[in-house]
Amino acid sequence: MKLNRREFIKLNAAAATAAAAGLSLPGISTALTQYRDTIRWDKAPCRFCGTGCGVLVGTRNGRVVATQGDLKNPVNRGLNCVKGYFLAKILYAQDRLTRPLLRMRDGKHHKEGHFTEITWDQAFDIMAEKWKAALKAKGPSAVGMFGSGQWTIWEGYAASKLYKAGFRSNNLDPNARHCMASAVGGFMRAFGSDEPMGCYDDLEAADAFVLWGANMAEMHPILWTRLADTRLNKPGAEVHVLSTFWNRCFDLADNGIVFTPHTDLVILNYIANHIIQKKAYNREFIDRHTVFTSAATDIGYGLRPEHPLERKAANPGNGSMTGISFEEYARLVEPYTLEHAAKLSGVPKEKLLRLAELYADPARKIASFWTMGFNQHTRGVWVNGLVYNVHLLMGKISEPGNSPFSLTGQPSACGTAREVGTFSHRLPSELVVTKKEHRDFAEAVWKLPEGTIPGKPGYHAVLQNRMLRDGRLNAYWVQCTNNLQAAANINQEALLGYRNPDNFIVVSEVYPTVTALAADLILPSAMWVEKEGAYGNAERRTQFWRQQVKAPGEARSDLWQTVEFSKRFKVEEVWPEELIAKKPEYRGKTLYDILFANGQVDRFPAREIVDDQGNRYDNDEMAHFGFYIQKGLFEEYRRFNVGGLKIGHELAPFDTYHQVRGLRWPVIKGQETLWRYREGYDPYVGKGEGVRFYGKPDGKARIIFAPYEPPAESPDEEYDLWLSTGRVLEHWHSGSMTRRVPELHRAVPEALVYMHPEDAKARGLRRGLVARIQSRRGEILAQVETRGRNRPPRGLIFVPWFDEGRLINKVTLDATDPLSKETDYKKCAVKVTKAKLV
Amino acid sequence: MKTIPATAFAILFLSLAVPPPALAEGGLKSLRGDRPIGEESLQPAFTKWQHDSKPIARQFIQQPPVIPHSIEGYTINKKFNKCLTCHSWANYKKAGATKVSLTHFTNRDGVELANIAARRYFCTQCHVPQLDVDPLVPNAFQPVELLNGQR
Repeated sequence: MKLNRREFIKLNAAAATAAAAGLSLPGISTALTQYRDTIRWDKAPCRFCGTGCGVLVGTRNGRVVATQGDLKNPVNRGLNCVKGYFLAKILYAQDRLTRPLLRMRDGKHHKEGHFTEITWDQAFDIMAEKWKAALKAKGPSAVGMFGSGQWTIWEGYAASKLYKAGFRSNNLDPNARHCMASAVGGFMRAFGSDEPMGCYDDLEAADAFVLWGANMAEMHPILWTRLADTRLNKPGAEVHVLSTFWNRCFDLADNGIVFTPHTDLVILNYIANHIIQKKAYNREFIDRHTVFTSAATDIGYGLRPEHPLERKAANPGNGSMTGISFEEYARLVEPYTLEHAAKLSGVPKEKLLRLAELYADPARKIASFWTMGFNQHTRGVWVNGLVYNVHLLMGKISEPGNSPFSLTGQPSACGTAREVGTFSHRLPSELVVTKKEHRDFAEAVWKLPEGTIPGKPGYHAVLQNRMLRDGRLNAYWVQCTNNLQAAANINQEALLGYRNPDNFIVVSEVYPTVTALAADLILPSAMWVEKEGAYGNAERRTQFWRQQVKAPGEARSDLWQTVEFSKRFKVEEVWPEELIAKKPEYRGKTLYDILFANGQVDRFPAREIVDDQGNRYDNDEMAHFGFYIQKGLFEEYRRFNVGGLKIGHELAPFDTYHQVRGLRWPVIKGQETLWRYREGYDPYVGKGEGVRFYGKPDGKARIIFAPYEPPAESPDEEYDLWLSTGRVLEHWHSGSMTRRVPELHRAVPEALVYMHPEDAKARGLRRGLVARIQSRRGEILAQVETRGRNRPPRGLIFVPWFDEGRLINKVTLDATDPLSKETDYKKCAVKVTKAKLV
Repeated sequence: MKTIPATAFAILFLSLAVPPPALAEGGLKSLRGDRPIGEESLQPAFTKWQHDSKPIARQFIQQPPVIPHSIEGYTINKKFNKCLTCHSWANYKKAGATKVSLTHFTNRDGVELANIAARRYFCTQCHVPQLDVDPLVPNAFQPVELLNGQR
């Protein structure tokens, strides 16, 4: 039976409808059989944001030919956003990197040489030479790695082992530092355990939604579909949107609030004050489940220590908290009156009051969502804490619909960066390098001599760029991220660091990004379904996929690269004699023998990968190493969270995840956990306890007072506008994948500067003209948009950062939250002028 | 802005401005083309929306069709949806527009509805208009032959 396209579409739509209605149509099975025969469909999580939608990947003759939303995945139930629907195309832009490329001149490496094809052997040769030289000259602090919330779980785990155990360097950090380190800080301080207590089911269970600096309509479109579904169908449901400019979320808002940058600190303290003044708080919950504290203040801005702002700060980087009483807390928030909040935030009183009354109403279930507006904030940890304060005062937490919920921007920011612990201070499953007990545990699991893992945190993301520039970090490997586009103030830090002649920079990439072009050596990587993988999304859901197709040319997965590189080091070249003496059987062995062929990671023999339909799949890493390396790494990693030092992070066995559409941890006796810390939902909370925040030894959450303190840089006479950066729906992060999809490129070909028409007019500009955007650090050109999807108030401009042609991070300031070390990309001072066209 | 970085980068990137001849296949370029990282932005391109046209062929069955016309100034909010003034089942014939797919009448739980599912309400989450610009890099994606033969 042959169908033309129109008939086929009709038939397919009818079949989908019939299937949904539980019917079958005559004749349809024969038509669809032919279709099924031609395409193999298998599940995978989406490659893009932290939502973690399920997709079905259609392959034929070794190529991905289509993707579709996975009806069986509870996250998205068959829907994808426009990026997700075009996933198939991200693999196939013609400039895929397929061979290692080294900058060479006269037949050898030269910092200013041209990129020249070399073999993998040659690539590892020069890397090993540079790493050994750096280790010999300066020790483990001179080598480092920058990883990713897009790494698969085992890629992050392998990198962590190679660095923290192999090279004995904690200079490993993920790009997730830029994205949700403040959220981690907020969780650890308030609850002693990372990641949300709730889950996406809150999107249906809540009566009201409050978005705090989360443009969900563009950045988490599928969560937005669920939120919209509830708002438009549930009687009385309402949506409050807070942002520093009007965005697409306001289309659905019942209470849209545009506030002056940084005054979210004021608004949240006002809400807490309102709850106390109205005596609306849940006294029983507060008494049983919380402890009041106050944060150390005047903590600086995470700039270089010689910066005047850091010198001026009384307590730079001080994260301490002092216990206080409820009454003292009430006195601290008392100055945050409605009048004060309205004045500082620029928000009309009635809007603030409506928001405060919503939180203070014990009958309304509220889900608060936030992303980069809170996290990329020089007081990001504080502001995360302030929203927990409000939920905790009301006891609106850890139950369906009552849910303070931190979203993430990357597909495995949670699963890899946070849970595996690829931060410069972390070890797997929330252990930290600064605690001897934690290092001991990790060393025992990894079969290492005591004292292998250094106890001092390494360089975090922002510090890595500063240390590269200063020539103190010399052998540096970047995987799965585009930091020369993503890091703030790139002109004065990252770019100088990468091009510093003292440094050797390796970038593993799939496309020639600006980061790759700034490197000495480019390694071609396999991406997404070109390898077996696992991601963990923002609702604690761990999802696996099989390798669907082969990577092009000589491209190899980051896992293969990391593990293969470990073969180049004899333990004597990296460990001191006294450490080896504690484990003499390791003498003469390579880091590969010690870390990966250790009797644990290589425990599972190579086997055929077959699904329940009998389809066979490749696993190129298994074929190469001769054992099921992904399974071995994952099962070793599980020893940190099943029977580890911290309860409540348990993952299911490896094979389970290939069967299911993900599971939300902790997975106890095969059951996932939807709401943590609440009796009846979380098996760790005993009968009669009701709620127990067991991340803290006393089982109590912390309500942490923190005041308003000004941002690092505010508009002044010369630089008279705020700049906020962010993303757009059609492109994901730096755009290196989505800009190579023609349909997405045609939808949004370049970054625009969104500004108020009056601000444009005052500068001789109007819609469609080209503006120069300048800060004290750098400048770019962009076309002016005054009527688009983002409509800033007067005094603020918005520029998305996906566009390699206009790198807005030349303009931004590398001020960070001094506690989380996460950069504030939402606030710096700029001026805008009409560009002279050449 | 301070001039030190600009001059420094000009010198630093002089060597990069020349296409690397060692790469036989046209040299390595980022999406900035030959423009070094430290230098001026690319000139913004002045683009136009594609002319209102017939539906643009899909690359695979499950792809949401792209919008073959400009949607500038369109409102989609909780009170009004401009797209549906032409594409709804009530209006499509009169407007000569493509009608909303039947798949859009099913909610999250798979229940058939009399109207478009609320989760599908914001059309631009999946359907995007197209400016008249060339791809930055050719894409070698190949649709399955089933569709190939039919165009």
